[in-house]
Amino acid sequence: MKTSLLNIIRFIVLILMQVLIFNQINLFGFVTPYIYPLLILLLPFNINSVQKLFLAFVLGLCMDFFQNSGGIHAAATLVITYLRPFFLRYSFGLSYDYQTLKFYNTPFRERLAYISLMIIVHHFVLFALEIFSFSHLLYFLEKTLYSSIFSIFLIIIILNLISKED
Amino acid sequence: MQQIIVFLIRNKTGLVFILLFSVAFALTLKSHSYQNSRFVSSTNLVTGSVLELSADIQTYFDLKTQNEILVEENKKLRHQIFNFKPEIDTTLVEFQFEMDSLYEVKKSKVISNNYDAIDNYILIEGGSKDSIFEDSGVISSLGIVGIIDKVGANYSRVISILNTNASINAKLKKTNHFGTLTWNGKDPNITNLIDVPRSAPVKLGDTITTGGRSLVFPDNVNIGVIENFELDENVGYYKIDVKLFNDMTNLGKVYVIRNTRKPEVLELINDNSE
Repeated sequence: MKTSLLNIIRFIVLILMQVLIFNQINLFGFVTPYIYPLLILLLPFNINSVQKLFLAFVLGLCMDFFQNSGGIHAAATLVITYLRPFFLRYSFGLSYDYQTLKFYNTPFRERLAYISLMIIVHHFVLFALEIFSFSHLLYFLEKTLYSSIFSIFLIIIILNLISKED
Repeated sequence: MQQIIVFLIRNKTGLVFILLFSVAFALTLKSHSYQNSRFVSSTNLVTGSVLELSADIQTYFDLKTQNEILVEENKKLRHQIFNFKPEIDTTLVEFQFEMDSLYEVKKSKVISNNYDAIDNYILIEGGSKDSIFEDSGVISSLGIVGIIDKVGANYSRVISILNTNASINAKLKKTNHFGTLTWNGKDPNITNLIDVPRSAPVKLGDTITTGGRSLVFPDNVNIGVIENFELDENVGYYKIDVKLFNDMTNLGKVYVIRNTRKPEVLELINDNSE
């Protein structure tokens, strides 16, 4: 009960932060950070996988409503939610398998690998669907690379800011 | 039968994923075609009011520039009034607008503005309650902004000229050679004018305006100046880079323009095609 309430608050706060603050950032005309996948990153590890997918879909669709972007955020968020167990196993190895994982107790290197994998895949799917044509291939790769770096950087900062309270 | 149910239960995660992903993908496909991206849009009350709150706060930081733009526009309009019809009274109060005017102008303001994607949309204040209609043109005091593609109760969505699906009839101001204004998705200050015939005298710095051929914009609304051009020898058409007068990254007050005789014209065109 307590965790679901926490996640509802996170859901609303992250969407508002994304729409009101981070969508306004526009470095070099094309780099916008997306920090809302943080909700998926921080979901409890033992949550029901079907519930998780529906949550991801709703989260992404909310972003799409704000950005008039069809279903690109929903699709990207679904993909990382579906692939999350694989990324968790790859990044944290045994401690994930034995269900003894405490996110904030893990080494920074493993956490960085997990965050980077999730964000890069998310941005890759997001911008691929947004641009949707091979004629902008270079633009697509640049946008994915720079936006990912910026998002990962911001997410690590945010995680450091909120970690004391948990 | 039992095996099917067992299969479904065992693979429920994958199946739910595929189902939801297909929905998201279908919505994405729809959003990439010009007239069909209707369902997922920010014209609804929730997203509209959140974005409006944010725009209201931001407007304060921009008041000075917006005021200057308005004063500049007023100056131009005064100039036109004084020079164009010197016989009319100079006080604007007595200036009578024709009731049966061809273009109806409404004021509005930008609530949310995108310009970093390939297909950009702008959300503006005012919807069907304020009698704003689909396919109306949107301009600012400096030049064109876009075309309204979806009208909600209180908000409307505009296809920005920075949208690869948009194509707008435009012409060289001096010689009336027509072309089509499009955007290649790169620089938010530059749009592309294509299909201008070889015979047109294209010069750097010439002004591009809307052509009167569409039912959306009036004739001679400013768009931008020619920054660069090349002639495609194979097809004999110019490709022109147009630097916009508008700063599309900083939009404030806009005007919505509706051609009041459009239904009549469309009716005539439809009659013809039958």
